[in-house]
Amino acid sequence: MMELTPDEQATYDGERGPVQQKAMEILVALGKIYGARSLVPVTSVQIAGVSYKNLGMPGKEFIRWWVDQGARVRRLATLNPAGIDRNRWKELGFPEEFSTHQKEIIDDYAMLGIEPTCTCTPYEIGNLPKFGDHIAWSESSAVSFANTYIGARTNREGGPSALAAAIVGKTPCHGYHLDEQRAPGVGYDVTATISSEADAGALGIVAGRDAGSRVPFFSGLPPFETGWYKQLGAAMAAAGSVALYHVDGQTPEARAKTVGPPDETRPVESLEPAYELLNSGGERIDFVSLGCPHASLEEIHRIAEMLRGRNVSVPLWITTSVATAAQADEYGYAAVIEGAGARVVCDTCMVVSPIETFGYETVATNSAKGCYYLQSWCGVETRYGDVRSCIEAACTGRWPQ
Amino acid sequence: MKARIIKAGRARGRALVSAMALSFLGGIDPETGTVIARDSDIAGESIAGRILVFPRGKGSTVGSYILLRLKKNGVAPLAIVNELSEPIVAVGAIIADIPMVDKVDISQIATGDEVSIDGENIEVRTDVKGA
Repeated sequence: MMELTPDEQATYDGERGPVQQKAMEILVALGKIYGARSLVPVTSVQIAGVSYKNLGMPGKEFIRWWVDQGARVRRLATLNPAGIDRNRWKELGFPEEFSTHQKEIIDDYAMLGIEPTCTCTPYEIGNLPKFGDHIAWSESSAVSFANTYIGARTNREGGPSALAAAIVGKTPCHGYHLDEQRAPGVGYDVTATISSEADAGALGIVAGRDAGSRVPFFSGLPPFETGWYKQLGAAMAAAGSVALYHVDGQTPEARAKTVGPPDETRPVESLEPAYELLNSGGERIDFVSLGCPHASLEEIHRIAEMLRGRNVSVPLWITTSVATAAQADEYGYAAVIEGAGARVVCDTCMVVSPIETFGYETVATNSAKGCYYLQSWCGVETRYGDVRSCIEAACTGRWPQ
Repeated sequence: MKARIIKAGRARGRALVSAMALSFLGGIDPETGTVIARDSDIAGESIAGRILVFPRGKGSTVGSYILLRLKKNGVAPLAIVNELSEPIVAVGAIIADIPMVDKVDISQIATGDEVSIDGENIEVRTDVKGA
């Protein structure tokens, strides 16, 4: 049973107006369904349900409903990627009708006071919670990063529940908001070599399929780069529904020893099954995608160095946020990338854009999550490897052996 | 019977009962309120103006938005009764202002019964003529 404070009860009863009441009704209903005993204040919100590809007209009408009611968010809230690059959609070949709907959805979210960041890596551009903060985030890879790397606390929210949390400033206190739910449920002792972001993503496929919704505890991993956490977490959220994991001696809760290895630990000796699954395509590559999750400035810098003095022979997109792209532009990295014929694409990614309408057969990427969704949702074959392999593929049109 | 309130409200009408989990996306025509899921035990029926009774929701989260569309088109159910509700239908019912309760033994309700819902109280009358 949910215990509401007098103020929360007043909101629920409609004394703070219909918008607050509606948002509170959503939080209370979800709290009941998930067995929460109370609401907890949040410091940050991240809202999914942006791409017109997923929302369609019914979802667009839902967001417009809140605008018509005069709703405003009370917490820092940022938006997940959309289905298009807002500024370059025409040049990049996005369909016009789709783009019009998409821009209206983003404008409506902005009317609610939400920062129209359109990124799955809000932590790169200023939506950065602290250790222990309660937050309400929706994007599965961002949820994993916030829980794991930062040690903030969030469940995997749906679009409407995250929006309701932003409007009320609270979320139902259950799941990963509670200490006991953050304890590991399965351990993986990794003896397979992890030496790139692609290996980290492949590990995510192996572990995610096995873990399901349990909290994994990894031991045996080398010092992990920030970008590797992004790939490992994104892959486990796609292959399973992992929203939090711990890395022995490295992630904050493991370092603080508030969590330790569980009784059940399984060996991970090989990443081959994942590489096999993710390499469904042939040698000929039609399109190369980097930046899933959205590329950081450092990743874009590295890509620029690899592309310097070269030319792509098939389209190469590096997807990121407008904010990171502006930095890359300022520092000259974007000019190098665009000079090689590749594109720095903002606001969107291969998972939420209408990529199936572009007619590609085989896409190369360094994102295990991307491969997973390209194969299952978009009916596209994939090749998978590290950033260097992907850039070779972009320059030659063939997957390097 | 006592139920758990998901979306508070009152409603009275004839029940339409399914024994199967329901996806609003792809399962219900948002323009007419007709059940279009071919494998459903209430396929072809209209949910408009009925007390819609089913065990639980399933399917895409877009289902929440379908409930809002049904309401706008005037073909929403009067109320929703679930065995155990899940977030998709719950959020949809709240947004669309459709009274909804769960934790109900739905085997006690048959299609055509007259069902009254008032907050957490449910009354079922099976001796209704013309059901």
